[in-house]
Amino acid sequence: MRFRKKHLSDINAGHYKNTAGCASKEMPVPAIVKISMSENIGAPCKPLVAKGDQVKVGQLIGDTDAFLSVPIHSSVSGTVQGIEQVRNAMGGFDTVVVIASDGKQEVVDGIKPPVVESQPDFIKAMRASGLVGLGGASFPSWVKFNPKNLIDIDTLIVNGAECEPFITSDHRTMLEDAQDVLDGAQAMMKWLQAENGYIAIEDNKQDAIENFNKLIVQEKITNLHVFPLKARYPKGAERVLIYEVTGKRCDAGVLPASLGVIVSNVTSTAFMGKYLKTGMPLTKKRVTVDGDCVTNPGNIVVPIGTSIHDVIEFCGGYKQEPRKILLGGPMMGRAIPSDEVTTVKANNAILAFSASFAEIPEETACINCGRCHVACPFDLLPTKFAEAYERGDVDMLRDLQVMQCMECGSCSFVCPAHRPLAFMNKLGKAMVKEADRNARNK
Amino acid sequence: MPETSKQVTYKSGLLVSNSPHMVTKLDTQRTMLYVLIGLLPSTIAATIYFGGGALLRIILGAVFACLAEFCYDKIMKKPNTTRDLSCLVTGVILAMNVPATLPVWMLCIGCCVSIIIVKCLYGGIGRNIANPALVGRIVLLLSWTSYMTTWPLTRFQTAVDATTGATPLGQLADGATQLPALSDMFLGNIGGALGETCTLAILIGGIFLIATKIISPIIPCCFIGTVFLFSLIYYGITGGVGDYNAFQMALFQILAGGCMFGAFFCATDYVTSPIMERGKVVFGIGCGLVTMIIRLFCSYPEGVSFAILFMNILTPLIDRWSERSFYGIAKKERMEKKQKKAEEKAAESLEKGGSKA
Repeated sequence: MRFRKKHLSDINAGHYKNTAGCASKEMPVPAIVKISMSENIGAPCKPLVAKGDQVKVGQLIGDTDAFLSVPIHSSVSGTVQGIEQVRNAMGGFDTVVVIASDGKQEVVDGIKPPVVESQPDFIKAMRASGLVGLGGASFPSWVKFNPKNLIDIDTLIVNGAECEPFITSDHRTMLEDAQDVLDGAQAMMKWLQAENGYIAIEDNKQDAIENFNKLIVQEKITNLHVFPLKARYPKGAERVLIYEVTGKRCDAGVLPASLGVIVSNVTSTAFMGKYLKTGMPLTKKRVTVDGDCVTNPGNIVVPIGTSIHDVIEFCGGYKQEPRKILLGGPMMGRAIPSDEVTTVKANNAILAFSASFAEIPEETACINCGRCHVACPFDLLPTKFAEAYERGDVDMLRDLQVMQCMECGSCSFVCPAHRPLAFMNKLGKAMVKEADRNARNK
Repeated sequence: MPETSKQVTYKSGLLVSNSPHMVTKLDTQRTMLYVLIGLLPSTIAATIYFGGGALLRIILGAVFACLAEFCYDKIMKKPNTTRDLSCLVTGVILAMNVPATLPVWMLCIGCCVSIIIVKCLYGGIGRNIANPALVGRIVLLLSWTSYMTTWPLTRFQTAVDATTGATPLGQLADGATQLPALSDMFLGNIGGALGETCTLAILIGGIFLIATKIISPIIPCCFIGTVFLFSLIYYGITGGVGDYNAFQMALFQILAGGCMFGAFFCATDYVTSPIMERGKVVFGIGCGLVTMIIRLFCSYPEGVSFAILFMNILTPLIDRWSERSFYGIAKKERMEKKQKKAEEKAAESLEKGGSKA
């Protein structure tokens, strides 16, 4: 018997959209790119090239037969220097294809707009484009757009919320590639046979909202609407967004498709719009480079596989000694141990911070204030999770619905004692998952 | 062709931590500072009505509490925790709960009891089961009852040949029919503990805390609302007192004694009040009910501190109940029990059928 809320709880994490006015700059091709074979959630690809091979831009260099996968294309033209194991942003090792670029950026033969005449054609084209969820989840898009209950899908939500502080790459996409977004969204709606389309944008991006409203009127589009959201964190999380736009509750473990909704990131949508016109697969990505250590912050179009180091060098290098480098925003982004890590398709921001920002204040005792509960979009009780986790009480964790947690980090953010609550939730979830696995194996 | 031979030095050894990488600036220290600011109007009002002695006691309360915690940490070789300012809040609230004429050494003992016995020995901030300031007040009340119930007159009260008077609730308990004017009670021109008397100042502080989202309005509203409704019904049945009808008596009850101060500053203590909204509702209503039962049917004229203390002890139970009802744990357990019973019954009948055959 939950009270039905109009809006889910949110927090004010600040915006810091310093780079919103920075038009995208195309980065020159780096000397070396290391293209990861694990660009998506699911199966990693097998490299299709060997040392010494000549490759061109857009050439297929990795693919696999596994279901949950997308092919990978070269982002530069040049020579393959080898197949290596390199530490990735998660701390594990990935297979990468190392390519020394020749700087010519020759495009591979046979790049032409795909012929899409039916829904299977569309899905095939989507897989061939190498598209993954560009909001950060890197889930293979073609799997998402090919749900079992295709007939039930009635709503497409284009996610342009971008609620993470600092990041502005989606914002720039909406301003610079607005036409592609509309084309992509319309193609998606056509092949999903969705009646309603929404472009959800936080109201701190008024220029993007006005831009879309103008274009929609100009092109006389009737089934696509701009849906302004309150500019609060975490409005852009898929489950929160579905609730805000459609009022449907999407619990963890429930596919949005089963509610008749598909959510697509705005950059993914723009890419799809462009791909259907040009046939050029996903080889570059717009990322926001910001933080108090970067000399010239901005939005940079980066060939996939460029090292973080090269991207920051292009932005004028480090202004001061970095203490923490984040891939993604400060709320859910990942801190990387070294700037040798390469960019992948789903990167949307590189943030370099000095010690003053990076060091989180020391943890103190919980004062039971309950702000974590108030901040949680799903009304969970992070303090109780932490207690239950410390006791090792799996039943309690399950009863308190720890699996509903999406690790948005709101609880950690508002905690006056600076407790790492989101991390404890992660550990609690892992504990429940392990218990479930053990129960199954018995 | 770009050069490939150049050796690049990568930045390594960067700080790796779990997300989020940003935290709020509103930490425990700042929260407590806001509470102290919320107590400022009451401090000013107490100084206006009771003179410099009141201000001295409030400041000394804070100092004693801070010293007590500092010494405890030193003696027990624990990290110094006075920086979070919560001891100052406890000391100030305790001082607000005593009459302006209380000897200073008694206040010191009260602070030591609050901080050392109720807070530190239970494990410091966040671990105490009862509100430290209220326990300190009750210890003082039971140990030096006459000092704790001698209320000096305010500077604006006119009384012939008297320097002390009774609180409005004391007058009511003694069977007086001429009760103080409600406007005097709202402005604080009545006898009582330092911080309790001026409702206006308490409301300013309380609204500041609610506006800055330091406290939730649920507990104060439920507490005061219950006191109001309970007295409205009670005096509606028994008839008003003196010139006051039932409605005026209900207003009298919420303005008198520590009801306002307790509702805004004592009952809302994070540590000893429930986390979830529905728990807060139960807590607030419980505080109001117990307060009125003590005021109307027990031998003490005032019951706010006892009521809050009583509900403090019930808080873990209320928390557990609210979790269980909110997340459907209780419902799940009931269903499981039902299912188990049904299975047992089925097994039994099967057994019976088997034995017959």
